[in-house]
Amino acid sequence: MTAKVSAERVSGRRGRGVVVRGDDIDTDQIIPARYMTSIRFAGLEEFVFRDSRFTQDGVPKGHPFNDRRFRGAEILVVNQNFGCGSSREHAPQALARWGIRALVGESFAEIFFGNCVALGIPAVSAARADVARLMDAVELDPSQEIALDLAARTLTWRGGSAPIKLPEGAREQLMDGSWDAMRTLLDARDQVLAKAESLPYAKGF
Amino acid sequence: MGRSLLDKVWDLHSVRELPGGQTQLFIGLHLIHEVTSPQGFQMLDDAGLPVLVPSRTFATVDHIVPTDGRARPLRDSQAEEMLQAIEANTKRHRIQFFPIGSGNQGIVHVIGPELGLTQPGLTIACGDSHTSTHGAFGAIAFGIGTSQVRDVLASQCLALARPKVRRIRISGPLGFGVYAKDAILHIIRRLGVKGGVGYAYEYAGDAIQRMSMEERMTLCNMSIEGGARVGYVSPDDTTFDYLRGRRFAPKAEAFERAVGWWRSMSSDSDASFDDQVELAASEIAPTVTWGTNPGQAIGVTENLPRLDELPDDDRSGAEDAYRFMDLVPGRPIAGTPIQVAFIGSCTNGRISDLREAARVAKTGNVAPGVRALVVPGSEAVRVQAEAEGLHEVFRAAGFQWREAGCSMCLAMNPDKLIGRELCASSSNRNFKGRQGSPTGRTLLMSPAMVAAAALRGRVADVREML
Repeated sequence: MTAKVSAERVSGRRGRGVVVRGDDIDTDQIIPARYMTSIRFAGLEEFVFRDSRFTQDGVPKGHPFNDRRFRGAEILVVNQNFGCGSSREHAPQALARWGIRALVGESFAEIFFGNCVALGIPAVSAARADVARLMDAVELDPSQEIALDLAARTLTWRGGSAPIKLPEGAREQLMDGSWDAMRTLLDARDQVLAKAESLPYAKGF
Repeated sequence: MGRSLLDKVWDLHSVRELPGGQTQLFIGLHLIHEVTSPQGFQMLDDAGLPVLVPSRTFATVDHIVPTDGRARPLRDSQAEEMLQAIEANTKRHRIQFFPIGSGNQGIVHVIGPELGLTQPGLTIACGDSHTSTHGAFGAIAFGIGTSQVRDVLASQCLALARPKVRRIRISGPLGFGVYAKDAILHIIRRLGVKGGVGYAYEYAGDAIQRMSMEERMTLCNMSIEGGARVGYVSPDDTTFDYLRGRRFAPKAEAFERAVGWWRSMSSDSDASFDDQVELAASEIAPTVTWGTNPGQAIGVTENLPRLDELPDDDRSGAEDAYRFMDLVPGRPIAGTPIQVAFIGSCTNGRISDLREAARVAKTGNVAPGVRALVVPGSEAVRVQAEAEGLHEVFRAAGFQWREAGCSMCLAMNPDKLIGRELCASSSNRNFKGRQGSPTGRTLLMSPAMVAAAALRGRVADVREML
């Protein structure tokens, strides 16, 4: 293990929750493409879930991210295949900039999941029934603290707990602070350059 | 026991195993565009790092470019800023860039193959989920986020877990008026939008072997809509014939040596797979989506599914989709009025797509009240189409003939739906708001079916018009 610690060690998260129900919530819903026209990520939080939060005239709709009870929440609770669609890192960036520091759901789309890890955001899976119990509990009492423990692979809330799943590679990256992969990858710079030379197509066959 | 193409390409490009079972994977070809790269370059600059292997990254502009009036500076100042950023970044880091007017600008997944950059046996990454397109050549190609764009720029590598492989075999010939687009929509309908999570999809069988490279690209392109980050086809003579003579393909004897190696990278006949699916081409009809995810699709002659016909898991999503789409369960999809027709995108913006659409366009005129756009996938596709007179066919029928770009697939440029417009679209996503209006609606279908809908003003079975 040569990975340098490049960032915060993420052993878990504690915070209040916010529930966004529904399967297959795609990246266009999380951040519509028309708000991706800047060369910077700064300010994206303003547009998170834009079209489900506001009418076209800017009038707020009934969305959990508009609900005062969930203000300050750090753990987003979702259903199946959250983040499907595009590879845009704008999606987790917008969530992170709004204040989300972890996600719990039934399942996540693959590229979205990888983008979360690259930002130090655990996106952990739990069984359907457990997610349903957690959603109900958080909606009933949004002020309660949820605790995500990556070492113990558990999630606890007031009156409940559940086992969580996270691919081992991602769990280790988060826990040892190597989730920002660039430094780890550059540790093998010489091997990379050797690989670049050795490939069958390296010198035009 | 033989090995799959995925295993061969993965093992060849593995630099080392990382803790936790991930691989440090060397990336043979990195493609970048204006929307997901500027923040990556900024992160690289913040870290004070150079681009490690600038000769393995190529750049173009596609997402935000207007398809009419591309004079600089662009009218949209943010779009102009994005173009300036990629111009400056590629110049400073000595990365080859194909700008507007170069003759090679276009959708990144159209120009990579067109230029011969996309080749069998490569690992290919790009900050766009439809990078799976390049798997048509027998490459392992996938979309990445912007932090990963930075990782590739800095190290020419990514940290990734090896996917499982599901082989999807389609046997028998595709029917009359049935295209690769229908095949992939059918696969997603059958396996679901999350069925492919954790898998690479290997497409095989005689239906695939018979497909042209452009058809294979359409197929692999939408793997991600089925949840699979990677989709590929083992390379064969169709692949090699396509590549011969392309600008970045090997030349002369080197090409013959390359073919020998490319052939060796195919999946072995006795390769084992984590999962296998068999489909009959005869089951596939011209297919249309009716909902807000690409798995919500039916054959054009079918009726919209009733809620009680759907699996429990899909019911609430379908209810929500019906509300959004304003469609009624049990009714036929054919005959649904449309207001916009869009032909283009990385899924279906290539010359063969335009030829098929033009065959239909030739038979009539765009219906009154329908706005119809044809957007070639690249400047080269546009030139070829004009050489064949396709632009005249489209214009004569009442279609707008545009410049190359992503256009109304994701509506980051001025091409957008307005209000509740319903669009027959040859693109890849029918997500809410995808085509630029938060309440706009999308029906995905093949380019020929889009042309048919444009002429009729309603969803129509293209087989009646060919």
